[in-house]
Amino acid sequence: MSADFLYGIEVLINGLMAGVLYALVALGFVLIYKASGIFNYAQGVMALFGALTLTGIMSGQVPFAHLINATFGTHIHNFGWNVPALGAIALTLVVMVCFAWMVQKFVFRHLVGQEPIILFMATIGLAYFLEGMGDLMWGSDIKKLDVGLPQGGSRWVEDITAGLGGDDFYGFFIDKLDMVATLVAAILVISLVMFSQYTKQGRAMRAVADDHQAALSVGISLNYIWILVWSLAGLVALVAGIMWGAKSGVQFSLSLIALKALPVLMLGGFTSIPGAIVGGLIIGVGEKLFEYLIGAPFLGGATENWFAYVLALIFLVFRPQGLFGEKIIERV
Amino acid sequence: MMLENQTLAPSDGYVTADGRQIGGVMMDLRNITLRFGGVEAIKDISFDIREGEIRAIIGPNGAGKSSMLNVISGFYVPQEGEVWFNGAKRPPTKPYQVARQGIARTFQNIALFEGMSVLDNVMTGRLRQMSSGLFSQALWWGKAQTEEVENRAAVERIIDFLEIQSIRKTPVGRLPYGLKKRVELARALAAEPHLLLLDEPMAGMNVEEKEDMSRFILDVNDEFGTTIALIEHDMGVVMDLSDRVVVMDYGRKIGDGTPEEVRNNEAVIDAYLGVSHD
Repeated sequence: MSADFLYGIEVLINGLMAGVLYALVALGFVLIYKASGIFNYAQGVMALFGALTLTGIMSGQVPFAHLINATFGTHIHNFGWNVPALGAIALTLVVMVCFAWMVQKFVFRHLVGQEPIILFMATIGLAYFLEGMGDLMWGSDIKKLDVGLPQGGSRWVEDITAGLGGDDFYGFFIDKLDMVATLVAAILVISLVMFSQYTKQGRAMRAVADDHQAALSVGISLNYIWILVWSLAGLVALVAGIMWGAKSGVQFSLSLIALKALPVLMLGGFTSIPGAIVGGLIIGVGEKLFEYLIGAPFLGGATENWFAYVLALIFLVFRPQGLFGEKIIERV
Repeated sequence: MMLENQTLAPSDGYVTADGRQIGGVMMDLRNITLRFGGVEAIKDISFDIREGEIRAIIGPNGAGKSSMLNVISGFYVPQEGEVWFNGAKRPPTKPYQVARQGIARTFQNIALFEGMSVLDNVMTGRLRQMSSGLFSQALWWGKAQTEEVENRAAVERIIDFLEIQSIRKTPVGRLPYGLKKRVELARALAAEPHLLLLDEPMAGMNVEEKEDMSRFILDVNDEFGTTIALIEHDMGVVMDLSDRVVVMDYGRKIGDGTPEEVRNNEAVIDAYLGVSHD
């Protein structure tokens, strides 16, 4: 096999792994949109907030330290302890569930039955509030997130694939972190699908997504389901935040990964969990391959920033509901 | 002329012509008034529903029948009046809480989960019977497992009972109207309700489908002893099915009694034949 062909495969594999991460972010959107019809603009910021809280708890930072010091003239910054990664993740999850509860209690419970655009606006407000809250609680400096995930290229993969392409080929370069992220994302996605298909709460979630009135009539509390859904979206956001944060540090730009999810949603449909997964994979592979085959040699590179959107736009023209979205049938 | 059945004490039971036992008062609606803005949909209506009976609410279009059913199921909260259920006054209760108290319902315009299979739709009716918590469910561990199996068995019995085995796995959105109505009944039955509310169970059906549905309603009442309150347009059907009938017109109660009594009630005849109100 020629080395070029093998590099192509390497690009493909990396694309698939990037795609899984896109799918993970998109999944958070789909969960909330399906159950409540809310397009949650704050999903990206939730990932940022989750990662910030996690690093804060791990390093024993005092929340609102800046505010406390400014008010009382104190100089506290740290509790002076470190929380192990797993414990900190559990605590962060508790924070995310509290956030979900508050969002439902103070915002969306009062907006039931409002126009989608109003709900969307509310999530924009929520996004900026949460961003400010993250700053206020944990400070605005860039933080390193180290939950003990392996980093760097995998020697093992490189060694066993090195022989494939003769002397010019040194083996696939695959980041260990990407591999772990893919594995975690896959496990998360599978568990979410299982949860929604085979449990009582999952069935109730699907019921609420389908018809509010009917859901009420069989004894489902909409409020409870919405808190559950926002909590799950918080969990997904946290996982995405950990993976991306471990890769490139916890900083404001983390919230922009939400923008990566948009073309995935256009492609996969806003209401489909499989759609989010397949859409993520197509975008991931598509943008990496395009860059490798056409972008870098002919267009001067950096096509990854816009290719996903072009692909999604082309797709929208021919299939507005996305790959797996529910078809819009206008009955006359 | 106002026909009243209030001569019976609330705890008294009686035996119907065809030998079924009717028990004491289960649901007692006292002086219910419901307004939408300035419009009075229900004006000072009182009636009761007894254990084990089939109780019909009839009346012309816009008489307030559906509003009445929505009051019972908690979708509307009346401005005045009291709802008594199982001998206790019911505080304002949300629809999902009413459902959990064992009052199941169907809708006039069918409210099913269109994207889910018939089986899943009927399973949602079992939520009331499933008590295992979120974590047990999420981990599919302990109680959750046995519960799911038991409930599947119960659901299969109901599916058999309503003769919808052949469409168990079909997404509900693909079914014809008559079958959807039947699936909705199945979902309500799956809850093993004390009181079953049916909002026009036979609307838009052909004669054959109506006969099937009538048979199912009678069988449910007979075999499970479920108390049923139903709204219906078709006078013939109502008279055959029900033990007692409430007649409404323009938000008021104009008659209440056995089908025979109601049939001979002057006000009812006027309302249905359209005598001018003066």
